[in-house]
Amino acid sequence: MAQTKGTLETLKVNPIDCTGHGVCAELLPELISLDEWGYPIVDPRPVPPQLDREARRAVAACPVLALKLMRR
Amino acid sequence: MTTTMNEPATRQAAALPRLLPPAPEDLRRHLARYGPAPYRGRAGLLIGDIEAAGLTGRGGAAFPVYRKLAIVAQARGRKVVVANGAESEPASRKDELLLRAAPNLVLDGLQLAAEATGATEAHLYTHYGATPEILRALAERAAAGLDPVSVTITQAPPRFLAGQESALVNHLGGGPARPTFQPPRVTERGLRGAPTLVQNVETLAHIALIARYGPRWFRAAGTSAEPGSMLATVYSPDGKCRVVETEIGTPLKNLLSSGPETRAWLVGGYHGAWLALPQAFALDALTLDNATLRKYGAAVGAGVLAALPSDRCGLAEAARVVSYLAAESAGQCGPCLNGLPRIAAALAELAGPRPRRQVRADVERWAGLVEGRGACNHPDGTVRFVRSALTVLAPELSWHQKGQCSATNRRPFLPLPDGIPTSEDDWT
Repeated sequence: MAQTKGTLETLKVNPIDCTGHGVCAELLPELISLDEWGYPIVDPRPVPPQLDREARRAVAACPVLALKLMRR
Repeated sequence: MTTTMNEPATRQAAALPRLLPPAPEDLRRHLARYGPAPYRGRAGLLIGDIEAAGLTGRGGAAFPVYRKLAIVAQARGRKVVVANGAESEPASRKDELLLRAAPNLVLDGLQLAAEATGATEAHLYTHYGATPEILRALAERAAAGLDPVSVTITQAPPRFLAGQESALVNHLGGGPARPTFQPPRVTERGLRGAPTLVQNVETLAHIALIARYGPRWFRAAGTSAEPGSMLATVYSPDGKCRVVETEIGTPLKNLLSSGPETRAWLVGGYHGAWLALPQAFALDALTLDNATLRKYGAAVGAGVLAALPSDRCGLAEAARVVSYLAAESAGQCGPCLNGLPRIAAALAELAGPRPRRQVRADVERWAGLVEGRGACNHPDGTVRFVRSALTVLAPELSWHQKGQCSATNRRPFLPLPDGIPTSEDDWT
């Protein structure tokens, strides 16, 4: 699969740190939705390059730093 | 191995038991039976034998033992080994019995694992703490100068998750026995940052035997994919519990009754799966190994097997267990904290008369929401138990939807720690 910037990072939530603030789903609705209790459900596939910037913003915006970009 | 003329041409059954002596053995008897632990002289040398033996962890996860050994062996600096006897399953009795009957086999395995990994710190972690048998074994071994690494005993708190690897490491480090988010794995960063090997006490006893008799001997029992013997805690329909050592791959019908007195089987404990009794012609094919059980959505786990008697309500049993599991959530991860109590309440309703129509679908939705979203496997194991219960006990569920129950005996069957409420009292 041709990926211009071959980062192939995926979003991961540390479920212990996560408090269900929900800011990640607001900033990145393409990849993150909230369950019925307000905790994020994250798309397990690699972040597509066109969403790379938004993904980094969501990671930086998490108030408890529970959202991470991880290399596979 | 010799065979007599009357033996069929198939492989002769391996001599069992290997782990459990007829009566508890002190150090003198242990040495008379097995001789001293065969140290290899330096780190790493035993690991090839463990790999060739195909030993997997007997605490529930069945992870290849040599891989954990190798990761810790390759790490530098201070390293730690832990014998984990804190069987989290309230129904499991095998580790307790092994530590009472053959403590020296476990302690040999712990010392051999310490040598193989280059660890200089060793721990024994159990729910009972320092029992007289353990203290005596350690004292006798110290007097004989047998143990290169001294062993610290720590008592686990009485919680379901206390034996989980990262929870154990937290507790040994002075913290609460709660799981942490991994990675890093404890083999990379464990007790106070040191690479830490955590092995179930039965696994260590197998290591002690493989070190003496070799991989070929070990593989004379079990299947080629899952070699060796294992300890199982078996509950029969009359409520009696026994610990047996059996070959992996043994037909379940040899361990669990399959007659009319039995309603269903529970395999792998409270993170395990319910199984419907197979048709008579298929009984031989349902064997106690992960390759077979996987096809039924089940796993060997820590070897807890139960035959639910036909006079009990399986749904009531499942509801009791799940309310316990929900209460045992460490409460750290949102989906587990929110989902498990809801699933438990729904199961309690399904176990009662005329549950509301949407409850079954609610359980399925919540199961999907908690699965794979915890720091540990507690939500996943609970979901496996719940889903299999609702599938296997579907006939009972239709009774309940009509306001009836097929059970004639309301006494709880599956063991739980004291103080767990039952859902039986509100049956009308």
